[in-house]
Amino acid sequence: MVDKAAIARQFIEAIPHARALGMTLTEIGNGEAAITMPYNVELVGDPRTGVIHGGAVFAVLDTCCGAAVMSHPSAPGGTATIDLRIDYMRAATPGQTITTRATCYHITRNVAFVRATAMDENQDLPVATASGSFTVEGL
Amino acid sequence: MARKRPEPVQVVKQRRDAALNAIVDGVPYIRFMDFSFDRRGDELTGVLNYDEKLIGNPILPALHGGVTAAFLEVTAVITLSWEYFLPSIESGELDAEQIARDETIRFPKTVDFTVDYLRSGLPRDAYARAIISRSGRRYASVRVEAWQDNHARPFAQATGHFLMPQPMTKGS
Repeated sequence: MVDKAAIARQFIEAIPHARALGMTLTEIGNGEAAITMPYNVELVGDPRTGVIHGGAVFAVLDTCCGAAVMSHPSAPGGTATIDLRIDYMRAATPGQTITTRATCYHITRNVAFVRATAMDENQDLPVATASGSFTVEGL
Repeated sequence: MARKRPEPVQVVKQRRDAALNAIVDGVPYIRFMDFSFDRRGDELTGVLNYDEKLIGNPILPALHGGVTAAFLEVTAVITLSWEYFLPSIESGELDAEQIARDETIRFPKTVDFTVDYLRSGLPRDAYARAIISRSGRRYASVRVEAWQDNHARPFAQATGHFLMPQPMTKGS
């Protein structure tokens, strides 16, 4: 049997932009994935506060959602984002690692539905939440 | 009655370009991504300068969906900030130096952002333009689209809501 988790991990870690942002895939399998991104001053969106730019958070959430789709037992292989919406609840605390978790909660032959959250070290309130739809493609 | 003599072109250009640079250059993330802005009159065009680190699918290859989203969001926020600050820049109330240094100046904040991926982003430069659908005292609604070779064939579009900076009031 093909180890899809291993393929997915390899695939994520070979993405140039994932490497540029310092993303690490920490969990994957059964339609769920977790990816972390350490704090980096180069990714700051507002130098007055040192808060990470929402665009970087979006990139991690998008990657995490894609990984969740690929790890779903019914997914044949690849995926691409059709649409993704992000709600920004609060500023991420400067200096803290961002952890994203995504769940592919439904998948059809053509479309995968995903939701995700981004947290910093304060686990009480997410920094951002995301929901979107992804394509389902063969390997 | 004679109208006021228009300012020399270099003075106008210098003031506007300096103000725009102050808004854009202050953001480390925009520098990291190497996004830039082209100003023609009051119209801004975001430019994504292609680099290998922006790739999300090395097999195709294609731009990372997060890069496309970030590019659209940055274009939306900068366009909104530009329109918000422009009257004070033109009246002389605000200059580039203040935008860059004044700690009390605030920028619009993203509340939510929805990206529609229309086709895959090719490994080359991209352009984006934002349209402010509504800008109120507290909230603004912005549409933005990005294209590469052909403006009539956008590869992504987005819509977002933003919280506008609140004027400083006593006691806050």
